[in-house]
Amino acid sequence: MVAPAALRVVRCGGGTLHGARAVFSADSKQVGLRRGYLLCASGDFVKMYSVSTEETLRLLGGHGDLVTGIQLNPHNHMQLYSSSLDGSIKLWDFMDGITIKTFTVGSKLLALYALASSEDSVFVVIPKSGERDTFQLISVKLTKAPGQDLEAKELSVVLDGVDASPKRIAFGREGEYVASVKDVNLQVYFFKQKQLNRFSVSGAKTKSGNNQFTCVACHPTEDCIATGHADGKIRLWRNFYHKKEYTFSTLHWHHDTVMDLAFSVEGTNLLSGGVESVLVLWRNQSDRQKDFLPRLGSPIEYISMASDGTLCCTVHTDNRITIINSNLRFSRSIQGLIKSADVKTGLVVDPRTKALVLNGEPGHLQFYCLQSDQQLFSLDIVQRQYIHQAGLNQADLVKVAFSAQGKWLATVEEREEVTDPELQLKLWFYDEETQSFKLNTRINMPHEDHITDMCFRDMDELEDDSLILVTAGRDCVFKVWVMVEDTDPEAQQSVSWSCDFVGSYHNYQATNCCFSEDGSLLAVSFEETVTVWDSITWDLKCTFCHPPGKIRNICFGRLTCSKYLIGATDYGFLCCWNLLSCALEWSAHLNVLILQPDPLSEHIAAVSWLSKESSLFVFKPNEPRPIYIQRNLCREKIQLAAFVPRDEPEMIGSEKYLWLRRSQLFFLTDTQELMTLSTKSLEERLTPSSKQLAVEESLPVTPFSLLLGKHRRQQSQGDIDLGKVLVRNKHEQDSPAVKELLHTPAHVLPSASFLCPIFINSLLISKENKSAEEVADEVEMESEKTEDDSDEERDVTEMEQEDTSPTELLGEMTCKLSKSQEKELRKIRKMDYSWISAF
Amino acid sequence: MGEFEVHRVRFFGLVPAGVRCLACQPRGGRLALARTDGAVEVYNFAANYFQEKVIPGHEARSVEALCWTVGDRLFGAGLGGEIMEYDLARLCVARTVDGCGGPIWSMAANSSGTQLAIGCEDGSVKLFQVVPGGIQFERNLDRRKGRILCLSWHPSDTHIAAGSIDILRVFDVCSGQTIQRIMVNYHVHKVKRECIVWSIAFLSSGTVVTSDSFGRVQFWDWERGTLLESHTVSTSAVLSLSVSEKEDSIIVGTSTGATYQFQLLPVKMGSLEKRWVRTKPFQHHTHDVRAVAHSSTALISGGLDAQLVIRPLMEKMQKKGYDAVLRKFTFPHRRLVSCARKARLLLFQFSQHLELWRLGSTDETGKDGEVLPLCRMPEHLVQLKSKGPEHIYCSCVSPCGSWVAYSTASRFHLYRVQYEGDGVSVKKVPRVPKLLLPAYQLQFSSDSGSLFVASARGSVHVLQLLEPGGCKHLHTLRPPSGCPEAVYLLAVSTDGHWLAAVGGDWAIHIYNLKCFKHHCAVPTYSCAVTALAIHPVTNNLVIAYSDQQLFEFSIPEKQYTAWSRMVQNCGLHKVWLERDSPITHITFNPKNPSHILLHDIYMFCVLDKSLPLPDNSALLMNQSTLKQLPETARQRQLHAFKICKKFQPLLFADLLDENCLVMVERPIMDFKTQLPLPVQQKKFGT
Repeated sequence: MVAPAALRVVRCGGGTLHGARAVFSADSKQVGLRRGYLLCASGDFVKMYSVSTEETLRLLGGHGDLVTGIQLNPHNHMQLYSSSLDGSIKLWDFMDGITIKTFTVGSKLLALYALASSEDSVFVVIPKSGERDTFQLISVKLTKAPGQDLEAKELSVVLDGVDASPKRIAFGREGEYVASVKDVNLQVYFFKQKQLNRFSVSGAKTKSGNNQFTCVACHPTEDCIATGHADGKIRLWRNFYHKKEYTFSTLHWHHDTVMDLAFSVEGTNLLSGGVESVLVLWRNQSDRQKDFLPRLGSPIEYISMASDGTLCCTVHTDNRITIINSNLRFSRSIQGLIKSADVKTGLVVDPRTKALVLNGEPGHLQFYCLQSDQQLFSLDIVQRQYIHQAGLNQADLVKVAFSAQGKWLATVEEREEVTDPELQLKLWFYDEETQSFKLNTRINMPHEDHITDMCFRDMDELEDDSLILVTAGRDCVFKVWVMVEDTDPEAQQSVSWSCDFVGSYHNYQATNCCFSEDGSLLAVSFEETVTVWDSITWDLKCTFCHPPGKIRNICFGRLTCSKYLIGATDYGFLCCWNLLSCALEWSAHLNVLILQPDPLSEHIAAVSWLSKESSLFVFKPNEPRPIYIQRNLCREKIQLAAFVPRDEPEMIGSEKYLWLRRSQLFFLTDTQELMTLSTKSLEERLTPSSKQLAVEESLPVTPFSLLLGKHRRQQSQGDIDLGKVLVRNKHEQDSPAVKELLHTPAHVLPSASFLCPIFINSLLISKENKSAEEVADEVEMESEKTEDDSDEERDVTEMEQEDTSPTELLGEMTCKLSKSQEKELRKIRKMDYSWISAF
Repeated sequence: MGEFEVHRVRFFGLVPAGVRCLACQPRGGRLALARTDGAVEVYNFAANYFQEKVIPGHEARSVEALCWTVGDRLFGAGLGGEIMEYDLARLCVARTVDGCGGPIWSMAANSSGTQLAIGCEDGSVKLFQVVPGGIQFERNLDRRKGRILCLSWHPSDTHIAAGSIDILRVFDVCSGQTIQRIMVNYHVHKVKRECIVWSIAFLSSGTVVTSDSFGRVQFWDWERGTLLESHTVSTSAVLSLSVSEKEDSIIVGTSTGATYQFQLLPVKMGSLEKRWVRTKPFQHHTHDVRAVAHSSTALISGGLDAQLVIRPLMEKMQKKGYDAVLRKFTFPHRRLVSCARKARLLLFQFSQHLELWRLGSTDETGKDGEVLPLCRMPEHLVQLKSKGPEHIYCSCVSPCGSWVAYSTASRFHLYRVQYEGDGVSVKKVPRVPKLLLPAYQLQFSSDSGSLFVASARGSVHVLQLLEPGGCKHLHTLRPPSGCPEAVYLLAVSTDGHWLAAVGGDWAIHIYNLKCFKHHCAVPTYSCAVTALAIHPVTNNLVIAYSDQQLFEFSIPEKQYTAWSRMVQNCGLHKVWLERDSPITHITFNPKNPSHILLHDIYMFCVLDKSLPLPDNSALLMNQSTLKQLPETARQRQLHAFKICKKFQPLLFADLLDENCLVMVERPIMDFKTQLPLPVQQKKFGT
């Protein structure tokens, strides 16, 4: 990094994919090549996913506002039109991620349609000028003038009084007509005849429920319009060129709103989806022949079909994309940050995987990998059937906490009831064998009322039996939970959790709790007061108060600042108390929403919300002056924030951004868009995560790759044998140069003579960091020769192993070994492998 | 409206019989309907779908099929193995012909209505020629095993398609040979069940449409024997099918009570390729829809739940009016209850028996809407069983309660009922005079001294009742010009001076009973009379027609009254005219001469002649809004129609004395529980 670039707010996941239907690239699944792409509007960007690997391949950025529509150029399948609220239509070469042209229309564009029959124009929905909440469908002539930025001036109104939602307009067979639905009216406009027919269904007051239209789709070859309704019915309209003798038939399976409809390419099948999270396939438009794909996880928002009909995909309200085969089999799902109804758990970092942990699907905990923008896994906490229906009170996850090493996970779930909530505290143990969390203890009604906060005693070096969990509840107490030996002989586990201490303060509601870094002190806030407790004797040490205003957040300072306690109050004060002097060190007037300490440094980030803008303040507790201030962080209100430790400290050029060296700060806005602060430019940031990873899975299966895979497995086996499980990132093992070479399209590559030395160099093994892989290679070659003497050396190796292990634990992977040590190490390895191969 | 003490009678256990088959008169305005008890009814489309004629059933004569033939003759055939011709003027079976093939399952007339084909149990298809004065056997077609359940002629009359079990066959009418046989369950794999072709239709294009017990409606190319299209509409059987005259629409009825419409629609705009598409589903019935018919403007279906549903096709309607209203008929359009006002008795007429009940009484009074406790429970006095297989045409109880009369197709019975304390004795009156039977309507005079018997050819017999139990034929009244049709409604004045009689030609004749002479005829009106009554004070005849018009005719002056002319000039309220059920009974309140009390199935109305008529902008059913208004504002809102919809379905209403009403209800739920269980269907959310 040469120039100290300004810190940029970067969107790195989440958000909403609800802008428009996803689009399959024309060659969605070519046999052999297997290069199909799925394009999806996501916030201000268009995301390009690989259909076969689920990877995000490219992020097409350039729009200044939400992307509202994407359509393949019907005359060139390698190009994509996109429209945005910023009033422009962009034409992309999505393979290379290049904007070819930008057409400026002027007003907000709410939906985009491109037709094969219209040579050089596209259709967009714009708000009608001068009237609120009325929209019109217009056709925009895209001029063929040279130059990148063009102004589209030739606009002509096609339909008035359309709905803003892109689902409520559909173009019929060969672009002969356009159907638009709004409220209880369907209008069909025939382009050639210039005839407009209006139909309506009886108003909303029927006994069968809400009759309003929600979506529309047109049959690709016949004159048939399918409309979805809010009461779950699908109507198939025919004969609609007669104003009187039109007719419709009804298909009814959905019990709630039909969210989207799509015809198959031949038109024989109709797909529908809704809140039920079931994709319904209607064959021959008959209500007797239907198939279902149930348990898709969350309500279906959009359905789109690939142009060759082999695949379809559903975009769900929680941002998941499910790719489905033509025979209605689940193929794969692309899931980034799952959008849940409400992130009650906050942003938590899993110490083991460094994944971001938060509410996922209802009742589930999602582990979201920040590097790959993918869900690692989803842990079912509530373990109850979720019913997809509005207005039901179902149990949901509200609090989550990890112990320092990620060995224990505590979760709180509650079912909101008017009088008394149903609460459950669950403690999960990480099982190394199954590599997942296993339920250890379930505590019904841990508190009488809602649990407001929960934390583990955060001590890395201490033993298991000092692990303590504290929960604070609205029933005016905080409870301390400890592990006890399980005396029940039939119990499968040796330990379980039980309550050890119940503390309260003047019958105030406990709102927050927090352990100091060394675990000796517990701070619990009771409305206006912060109480500090000794964590061994459970004596109340001292109290702090900064009236008026209830305590909103508290946290202890770290490292050099561990003597400070920081608190934020309702009335906009940030206070810092000195624990040694029991006095207020400093206070600042700041409406703090979020107070987030960095676990690896003294820095504390506070996000304030003032006059509709979020600002970020980073400070050290020992000085009242903030190190870094960023005003107007983003348009949306920031809901949550978390520091995620970096794998390796980043090189930061500027002094100002030093606080970002060891950890990265992530924010979640109220639209559940995940953002971070980055010093790097967009391209740089994308290279490692998206471009490289794309290649990995798409490698064809060759004998070489099998061999490579075998080595990798053996190597990880070796790691286990050494008694250390490594959580490794994928790009650790692969050379970026190779991937770059394999991934980049051939026509943009430089000449082979230029690439050759780079490629060769990348394959060469540098001397100093001889990784385990190469060692293993050599060992295997030698293994046959030295099979005889392996038995004798066993005793020695075990001793040696103990010797070598401290060096590894120190984390110095690049340390040089002497020749003799290296030789011994080889022997160890060889030993292990022969032992394994016996099985 | 006034306050009344109401006897809310719910012990009339009438169960109407299910609808078995329907037949639309070709190019005509009539619909023939047969019920499972063998009764045949004729509905007149022109007269607002009024149930014009009823031929009561017969135990041994079930009707499986009805056909209209040339000259508007109606034929029926049933499992008795006979073909019956109905006399629609005399409302009885005119003649029967044995089919000689066992039970007859199906019958179809050719397009010109000159030939009848019947499908029999033994698998034979027989052709009959319709000749004046009967039918003549013509020939047998190729006989194969398996009952013929349905038949359809090709519109060109050259071929007949017949549906049987697992198979459909096509016959050549000239040669009588089977020229195509198609296995209908060939396309269903691994199914051992037999597939019953319940209904069939032969289209002029050569397409044969079948509906079968697998819930499919299939379209076949009969020449190639191939399946063109198959639509599964139901999980249970599709029992009935009917094609519109233009052959662009089909209605099918299923055993779950749903009916579906199929339409022949172009696949693309302007292209000639057309396809049958299932369009509208209707769920009007709860039980099997055994019969459907497709008139030019409506879909008609009849089910085992006794409902006849007429659902107009909106796109065929020129304007919104009473033709465009969905109609559901469950109960007959005539009264089956007669009331002895003085004795407070009710006589209920069932298909094969009569029940005589004494009304309960109370000695308490209460406020509006209160339910009063009974001090004496209603009492079932007598049950009179009709002997023989014939069903009852009509019945009546005298106002004093001591005479009960009824008639079947061939017999007339008169009983003397005597009450001794709590006991009742019934004595049949011997030696009743031989009359021209059947009687279509019976009416006692208000002093219970004479009985009027409505008979065929427009004649009314007057019988004098003699104490202690005898009768004498006094006179027969006949219209001066003669009339071929039977009299179906009678009204007698309270003073015993006048008698009004309506025949099947809808002409109303008034007779003077003092001199047994024809007095006059009411000017003819081109609609069926549904009810009429003579005012006790003014001797005005009030007439209700099936198009919901009301007339008042002064008998002494032989002309319409001024009020009636005023009604015709102003016109009745739109909502009143759009009601779909006819007025079945009219009565008067002697204390309030300006009041006319009338009712249909769904409402009871007190018509106050002294108040102004409502115009179309006013609310017709304004009783509930009136109640909320203060007295002064109420006066301005008042209009002539005071309607009460509390009692539904209302089979009979009468005034016992000036402030006591009797209402006979038959709640639909009570009657539904008497029906067999419908096909079990999973309903979402249950």
